[in-house]
Amino acid sequence: MNRRGLAGWVLLAPALLWVMAFFVVPFAVMALYSVWRREGTQLVREPSLVNYETFLDKSYLLDALFNSLEITAITVVLSVLFAYPLAYILAFLVPRRWQRLGLILAILPFWTSYLVRSYSWLLVLSENGVISQTLVTLGLLSETMSFANSNGATVLGFVHFFTMLLALTIYANLVQISPNYRRAAEDLGASRLQSFIHVVLPLSLPGIMIGAFITFVLAIGDYVTPQILGGNRELVMPQAILLQVQRRADFPMASAMSLVLMLVISAVFLASARWLKMDRV
Amino acid sequence: MLTVIPAAVYVLAAYAFIYLPVVVLVIFSFQDGRLPVPPFKGVSLRWYHEVFSDSDLMEALVNSVMVGVVSATLATVLGFLAAHALARHRIPGAVVFQWLLMAPLSVSYLIIGIGLLITFTATGMPKSLLSVVIGHVVINLPLAFGICYSQLGGHQVSAERAARDLGAREWQVLALVSVPMMWPAIAASFFLSFTLSWDEFIIAWLVTRFDVTLPVEIWSLLRSGLDPTTNAVGTVVFAISMALVIVMELFVFRRKTRA
Repeated sequence: MNRRGLAGWVLLAPALLWVMAFFVVPFAVMALYSVWRREGTQLVREPSLVNYETFLDKSYLLDALFNSLEITAITVVLSVLFAYPLAYILAFLVPRRWQRLGLILAILPFWTSYLVRSYSWLLVLSENGVISQTLVTLGLLSETMSFANSNGATVLGFVHFFTMLLALTIYANLVQISPNYRRAAEDLGASRLQSFIHVVLPLSLPGIMIGAFITFVLAIGDYVTPQILGGNRELVMPQAILLQVQRRADFPMASAMSLVLMLVISAVFLASARWLKMDRV
Repeated sequence: MLTVIPAAVYVLAAYAFIYLPVVVLVIFSFQDGRLPVPPFKGVSLRWYHEVFSDSDLMEALVNSVMVGVVSATLATVLGFLAAHALARHRIPGAVVFQWLLMAPLSVSYLIIGIGLLITFTATGMPKSLLSVVIGHVVINLPLAFGICYSQLGGHQVSAERAARDLGAREWQVLALVSVPMMWPAIAASFFLSFTLSWDEFIIAWLVTRFDVTLPVEIWSLLRSGLDPTTNAVGTVVFAISMALVIVMELFVFRRKTRA
């Protein structure tokens, strides 16, 4: 038993050391940097909360956080509203043997490169892009205009990506609902709508919540889509953080802002934790 | 019939939305002109020729494959061993370790990347592909661990015990019994890790300088605005990813369902 106990530690050690060295330690370093500060080009190693104060003082930094929250909230709501009917139709109205194909088709573009997917939307939304030119041809627009470089474009790019993800999680949840529940509801005289509102929807809530939470986490932490589609007019949090890193090489400020972002994500997680029953999906 | 028609319309509209950017990307990668936007001026392969003769892009592609293979292998091996340790051996505080191994999953790639960048800079470690490998193992290890752990069910325990009773040493049990039985989970971990590493941008961008991975190289292409070369690269990357997914579907998941 003793030898086997040792064997367990030997097997566990490499993974544990890796996570300690390259995840826990960097995290501690970041926390430490966040209470140091940069003055000129010097790193001042005295603990203070000055970075956090700056973050709350400078409106353009705080605005980035609110802008992030706004874009992410709209993204989550629209993605759920758009993906749910798709998942519902695939799960209940499409014959069983076509469902797998339908689902695979729905998530195929998921495998395009993340960068290239945002760029592809630029082809659609830019001034000479598909939408603008189509509208001009149809006479609905007098001259070409750009739909990119806006929060709306960022949301569109996000909704496109997360509709695929949510269709998958919601579908996985819907097919687990026993058809007997719906049959029972209909036997007892419920209309299709009533059986949906009182039976299917509540039972599919776990799938919605988990999908929505993953969407929230991935969208609020994403730099690529806002940078490519949203442009630089209204920054989101990841853009503001990278601005500290690249333009100003201000690692302490970037650390503090990263921790603020993590705090926000954790707060949302705690607030929605009772809805996130992972075992239900 | 009353529900079928609106449902069909909805599904078609949803698919149209999902496929719109991909179709535009692929069509205009064949554009016979300088701008990848309408009107379509005819079919040309010159942008693909441009891509395959661009040495920076090809180098980045090779780098990406290397980083992907090395990081996916490391993540899978470490994840599998840790899963085996926690599922099969008595380790005090196992729940804490399990939680710790899964923790990176809850943190944005951006924050993991910035943490690594600051740490590497502070310790004087140069920016390199090795740093990317390190970062990609951090993000993929929880997935590999989670997949292997969830598949280490009770049905292999008796086979492992039998091997032990017949005199096999601990490493022999692992290599000759556990690994072959766990093959589908191990392959799934590897392919998933590779796919995620292959597409990962933000960490790779933060911790590299001269030798870069494909997404980082594509990022610098994006700066030049709309360019059919970018369409062609995007189409090539899509084709490679699709091939990976098909391989995964045929050889990993097919096996799993049959078993």
